[in-house]
Parts: sequence; structure tokens; C-alpha cells
Amino acid sequence: MALLTILIDGVAYGMVLFVLACGLSVTLGLMNFVNLAHGAFAMAGGYVTVVLMQRFGVPFLWTLPAAFLATAAAGWVMERTLYRPMYAKSHLDQVMFSSGLVFMSVAAMKYVMGSQQQIIQLPGWLLGRFELFGISVGRYRLFVIMICGALALGLSWVFARTLFGARLRAAVDDARVARGLGIPVGLLFAVTFAAGSGLAGLGGALGVELLGLDPTFPLKFMIYFLIVVTVGGTSTISGPFFAAMLLGVADVAGKYLIPQAGSFIIYALMVLLLALRPDGLFAKAKT
Amino acid sequence: MSAPDLAAGTLAVRVRASLVLSRRWHPAEALFWLFAVAAALLFPRQLLLMNEIAILALFALSLDLILGYAGIVSLGHAAFLGMGAYAAGLVALHVAADPLLGLVIGMAASGILGLITSPLVLKGNDLTRLMVTLGVGLLMLELANALSFITGGADGLQGITMGKLFGQFEFDLFGRTAYAYSLGVLFVLFMVARRIVHSPFGLSLRAIRDNPLRATASGVPRNWRLAAVYTLSAAYAGAAGALLAQTTQFVSLDVLDFHRSADVMLVLIIGGAGYLYGGLIGAIAFKFLQDFISIFTPQYWQFWIGLFLVLFVLGGREIIHGGIKAILVRLPFLTSGKRP
Repeated sequence: MALLTILIDGVAYGMVLFVLACGLSVTLGLMNFVNLAHGAFAMAGGYVTVVLMQRFGVPFLWTLPAAFLATAAAGWVMERTLYRPMYAKSHLDQVMFSSGLVFMSVAAMKYVMGSQQQIIQLPGWLLGRFELFGISVGRYRLFVIMICGALALGLSWVFARTLFGARLRAAVDDARVARGLGIPVGLLFAVTFAAGSGLAGLGGALGVELLGLDPTFPLKFMIYFLIVVTVGGTSTISGPFFAAMLLGVADVAGKYLIPQAGSFIIYALMVLLLALRPDGLFAKAKT
Repeated sequence: MSAPDLAAGTLAVRVRASLVLSRRWHPAEALFWLFAVAAALLFPRQLLLMNEIAILALFALSLDLILGYAGIVSLGHAAFLGMGAYAAGLVALHVAADPLLGLVIGMAASGILGLITSPLVLKGNDLTRLMVTLGVGLLMLELANALSFITGGADGLQGITMGKLFGQFEFDLFGRTAYAYSLGVLFVLFMVARRIVHSPFGLSLRAIRDNPLRATASGVPRNWRLAAVYTLSAAYAGAAGALLAQTTQFVSLDVLDFHRSADVMLVLIIGGAGYLYGGLIGAIAFKFLQDFISIFTPQYWQFWIGLFLVLFVLGGREIIHGGIKAILVRLPFLTSGKRP
């Protein structure tokens, strides 16, 4: 039954990756903007949780919305001031700009919080494991799967069923025509960017226990977000979701079963997938 | 001779003439290299730093070949730097201590890696290329970490002792031989690159960069040309890695790290891509910047480099490059040759 436990751990891990990366996939699809600094928002969310719990004794559950709101606000401000002028520039400029932000955030966090790993004390009811049909399941992992699963369902509902989602999809497909039809693409983007950053912050807060948190977080996980986005494509919610699941399960299974290979399996898988399907695993053929 | 033939003939003549013209030496270029040599005599205490600059310049030159001339973006160029460094280090440890042999083998090893991975950068758009190159870079880092019985893992390759250069010049503590060696290799490889980009081959690369569809339609074998220049660029990066391993006599996993790829991109962007000297000028600027910043905040210099990057992209780039261009335009005797 160890294999099933690995599967559940992998799914939990993949769920967190999805929440972390889904904002990036929308911003990439909407404005064609390569934001390597997405992980910095996730790190910020993680540190919000750590600081609130350690310094102010706020219960874990309350820190989650706080992490979301704080990073969403930061995302909104950054989008309005710094990111806006970058949309028209080349991919290369965007990569340079956002990796500059990554370097700054890493050094700044090291200065403020120190370079050690941060540890949080989860509430008692989330600790330990229990048996479910003979499979050992971590309570916290089940909690993460439920929260992130609900988020994924909610997001795909917003994306597919609401007016906001329809406008968003239209803008992703063809921003120029959407603008011509009177859809406020700029505002749409600011809202999406803020929500995406907030989700990244929430993912970072949930991930403190699963992924670990130290100032190099944005660099360490940058590649994971990019894998989710490039493999999953940017036109749906389900694409990045399945890509994140695949990545999570493959990474956890690889590290459990062949620990000496490290992250080798993930990177090899990504290079292979991109070599075979350069436009993403779920890309529709362009007409 | 019919009219179209004649037209084609004159076009070929004109293209050839413009290539020959672009190969001519500009006075500012001679000045640049003279200064590089003179610097060794002027600042004898800074030779180690200057050696690092020469190596970084060679690394940036290798990126310029693919980014500036063929339009291939790469976030994993450190893979080739590391391959060259490890190959040269292993040769020095296990085979022979001759530096030139290590250099050639380092270049060959990286070139082969470049050739093998070149099909990956032929497909897809900029984003896929960024991802694939980043992936290959990280793959090499993981590989070097996992194969610790060859590479020494986290401890790195230690105890490398280099033989004398040409059997004559010993590598000294002050970096005299090191700088001369690195600068010599940089100069030779630079000349080769200069000749290549001003050849019909180089012209076809720029055609592919500017308009791939049209270039293919006019009969340029896009994939072969891109694979060729990618391999060449990888070999150049391998040479930089070999120089790094030989002159510091140490190789660690750091040579494969992501920040190496990001740094070299920054270097090239500072100097400007697509005219070969960009990497060289950028390397000088970057190293001085790094040295200057790390004097007063040794731990957090990354922050200032990051801030510099952000400001640079947000608007400083036009100011710096525009300023340089304006100065060059004001000096007509210096710009009589070329410079876009």
C-alpha cells in the first residue's frame, strides 16, 4: 500500500503546485508576459504565515486568507506600477526584468528574515496520519487536497461559467479583438494578476509544511511553475491542473523510489515533453 | 548575359563587397585590444579580476553568437560552461596537465553537448526555448551532482595542478600567466567569431533571426544553420569553462548554477547583443559593478544587481546605449567604419 500513500502525497504536492502556478498560467496567456518572479509572491505568502504565527500567535487557519490578501494587494500594486510598462517589451526584456525582481526578493528576504528554513507549528488536528481503507494518509495532506481541490473547482467554474471568465477567455484568445468589443482588458489583467498573486501567496502559505520555506524559494520553485505552465498550456484551467498533478506525482514518486536521481526525473520529463509537444501537452491544434 | 543574371551578378558582387567592408578593422577596435593588453601593465595588482573579466567576456561572446546573431534565447547556457570546466578539470586531473589540451577537449565536449541538444531549440517559440534551455541547464546540474564519483559532487574537483603554458610559463599566484592566457584565447576566438559573423554564413543567420519564414523561402537551410551556430556557441562557452577551471584550478557545482546563466544574459544585455563587443564591454561593466557593490555589502550584492537589472530594463537601457551611440556619432572619425 506504500505506492498508494506515495500517490496521495504526490497528489497533495501537485495540488499545491497548481494553486501556486495557476495565476502564472493566466498572466502568461493573457498578456504573453513571462513572469519569473511569480515565486516571489508565493514566498511572500509563506512568510506572512510564518510571521503571523510566530510573532503574533495568529491561528494557522486565519493566516491563510491573510496570506492571500497580502500578496494579492502586493500583486495589484506591482502590476499597476512596475509590470505595466513591460507588456510591450520583448520576452528577453521580460525575463531580465522578472529575474531581477527574483534576485531582489531573495536578497531582501535573506536580510529581513535570515537564510534559515522556516518551521511552523500546525494545529493538533492537522498533525499525524490516519488509516483509510488500509492506506496511511497524512491529515495535513488530506486538508491540502481538499482546499486546493475546492479552489480548482471554483476556478474552473469562474473560468467557464461566469461573465468574468468569458471575458477573460476572450482576452486570452485575442486581446485586440476583445478590446475592440469593449472588454476592459487592462483592468481584467490587473484583477487577474492580483488574484493570481494572491493564489500564489496562499499556495506558499499552504506549502510551508510541504515544500519548505527559505529565501531561495523563488529560485528553487521557479522551474516547477514554468513546467506546470508550459506543459499545461495557458488556454484552460484543466491543462495546468493535470500538468501539476503529473509533476507532483512524478516528483514525489521519483524522490521516494529513486532518491539518488534527485530532480533529474522531473527535468528530463519536461525536456522530453517539450521536445515532443513544444506548445504544451494539451494544446489544441491552431487553425 | 541576360538581365536577371546580370542583376543577380551585381547583387552578389554588392553583398560580397559589403561583407569585405564589414570585415575591415575599425580604429576603436584596435584601441580596445591595445587597452586590454595595456591593462595588464597598468594594473598589475588586479590581474586576477581581469582574468575573470576575460573569461566572462568569452562566455558572453558565446551567448552573443546565438542570441545576438541567431535570435535563440537561452536560460541554460551554464550547461556548456560547466561541461567545459569539468572536462578540462578531469583532463588535468587524470590525463595530462597541459592547458591547451584541456582547452581543446573542453571545447570539444561542450560542442558535442551543444550538437546533441541543438534539436531541442529548433522547435517552438521563445518561451519553449527558454524552458528547454533552462531544463537542460538544470539537468546538467543534477547530473553533475548525482555522478559524484566523477565530479566530486558538492566538494567539486580539487587538487588540479596545471602544467606550464607552452611548456614555458608557469601559472603564478598573481594571475600574470592566467590573464595572458585567457586574453590570448579570448582574442583568437574573438577573431574567429568576427570572421564567421561577417561571412555569408553569418549573414544567413541574421536573415533567419530577422525573418525565419522568408529566410527559409529563399533557400536558407534554417535548422542546419541554427544547429551549427548553437554547436559553435556551446564550444565557445566550453572554452570559457575550461579557462575558468584551469586558471582557478578548481571546479565546483557552482559553474552549472542558474545564476551563471542569468549573469551572462545580464552581461550581454548591458553591453548590447549583436555586435560581438557587447559581451566584452558588458563583462567589464558587470565585474566592476559586482566588485564595487560587494565591497560594501558582500552578502546582499544580489539585491543591487537585481535592482540594476530592473531599472535597466525599465528605461536605463535606452539611456546608456543611446548615450554611447550619441558619443560615437559625435566622433565621426571613429565611426567612419561601421556600427549600427
